[in-house]
Amino acid sequence: MKAESSERSLLQGLARNDKKAIETIYKENYNLVQALVINNSGTAEDAKDIFQEAMIVLYEKVQSGTFELNCQIKTFVYSVSRRLWLKRLMQQNRFQLSDGHEESVSVDEDMEEHEKRNTEFVMMEKAMNGLGEPCKSLLEAFYLQKKSMQEIAVSFGYTNSENAKNQKYKCLVRLKKLFFSQYKNESL
Amino acid sequence: MIEDIKLLEAVERYISGQMSPDERVHFEQLRKSNPEVDQMVVEHTFFLQQMNRFDEVKNFKTILNDTHIHLGEKGLIKAPRLKGRAKVIYLYNRYKRVSAIAASIAGITALTISALVWSLSPTKPVNKNDLEILSRDLHKEVSQMKKQNEVLRQKIDNVADQTSVSEPEITYVSGGTGFLIDTKGYIVTNAHVVKNAQHVAVQSINGKDLYAKVVYADADKDIAILKITDKRYKQFSSIPYSIKRSSGDLAESIFTLGYPRNDIVYGDGYIAAKTGYNGDTLSCQITIPANKGNSGSPILNKNGEVIGILSKKENSLEGAVFALRSKYIIEALNVLQKDSSYKNIKLPTNSTLRGKDRTQQVKTISDYVFMVKVD
Repeated sequence: MKAESSERSLLQGLARNDKKAIETIYKENYNLVQALVINNSGTAEDAKDIFQEAMIVLYEKVQSGTFELNCQIKTFVYSVSRRLWLKRLMQQNRFQLSDGHEESVSVDEDMEEHEKRNTEFVMMEKAMNGLGEPCKSLLEAFYLQKKSMQEIAVSFGYTNSENAKNQKYKCLVRLKKLFFSQYKNESL
Repeated sequence: MIEDIKLLEAVERYISGQMSPDERVHFEQLRKSNPEVDQMVVEHTFFLQQMNRFDEVKNFKTILNDTHIHLGEKGLIKAPRLKGRAKVIYLYNRYKRVSAIAASIAGITALTISALVWSLSPTKPVNKNDLEILSRDLHKEVSQMKKQNEVLRQKIDNVADQTSVSEPEITYVSGGTGFLIDTKGYIVTNAHVVKNAQHVAVQSINGKDLYAKVVYADADKDIAILKITDKRYKQFSSIPYSIKRSSGDLAESIFTLGYPRNDIVYGDGYIAAKTGYNGDTLSCQITIPANKGNSGSPILNKNGEVIGILSKKENSLEGAVFALRSKYIIEALNVLQKDSSYKNIKLPTNSTLRGKDRTQQVKTISDYVFMVKVD
């Protein structure tokens, strides 16, 4: 019972970006995943990538409000990592994993959801990077850092907030165009 | 277009729930009657969600990387430690150098001896007396060589000792502080810090000296840009703070890191006046304790954005400290970039320090702040 509630509070911490919770989950699971990857022809750098991607899968899950895993965090992270590494190996035309474990919990749905989100992440990243400055910083300041147009006008050096608003609008139209053009290509 | 902007504004206020109930009813009516507006709301909601998710995951990735390094350094996970590996390579290189010199000395000794042996090998009958003289000479030469060898070995030891204490063999005096503005090794400092300098070196937080050169200096604005030319400089992957165009508001809280002495020193305060000495508009007055070595230190705001360069001029008021506005970094760079070999310098535009606590910010930044030394 106690173990269960501490797992739950770890997941809640993860959802809040709580550093301590993230560190604890990281510390308790990383070595196992690193061993898996290294024993299956990967490097420590691969292990880091795979483990961090698995952490993102878990993060996305708790972000959507799910704190009830049907298994322990350890099992979940390991199963996802295993799947991710297998996929990476398959891309290199190698198919077998020898870790003495079967995939102990099915993570199909989570993987599917993650794949979709990851594609969207990459698309937004590309769109943002294609946008250039000062558009990128301007939109980030307004939409992500939630600054007021007044503050933005001052910090970017616009003479008034109307001008900043105009510029923001132009930037947003461009960003949307960049993003949705990829989105349409992807879904076709 | 103005209509479009107004419509978008309305959509955003609707999505974020900032509309008054009346307005909301009115807007929902509009949504129902106008499919285009309806579509716009749906699309924009989706798009904003995408942006937020992107930001969340991006931030989370940064946290993961920090955690990885942190746990790795503490030995709490088995990840290979970068520092350790770098150290081994460093030791190997040093050892390689010393052993190469030792090996070449051994080689020379061997060659000389074999040359002597060759010259002594009897090609024609020699009398006993000659042989005795020669063998005495040989003894003398060998013992001399032994002595020389000993002296050389001592010298090598000395060199090795010196290299481990301070690499550049120039004695540097007076100095200031500088901070990285491009990972390729570009550092900003005050022009007066490097004035009349023959050689310039920068010292990082771990005490390592790196050679640098002045690539830009403007005495009027008191700003200079240095480039680390040392091959041992290992590029950072990114810079945590950004350079801000505007310089902040009156009473805004600020902090700095600099080298008034051999250790990095933290100081904090606030923006005291929008102008500098005698109404000088290049700078603003700040309340941060500063000594000579603080010249060139970055002045950062709470979000980890550089808003100025600490610039204490000798003719300034007693105790008053000024900061040159950060926009002059951008201006200096624009001038420098007229030279095509500096075209690829890119200022950091994103601060990853936002929302972190001060201790964490200072810890991160201190790797990017250097002591500037001149001779």
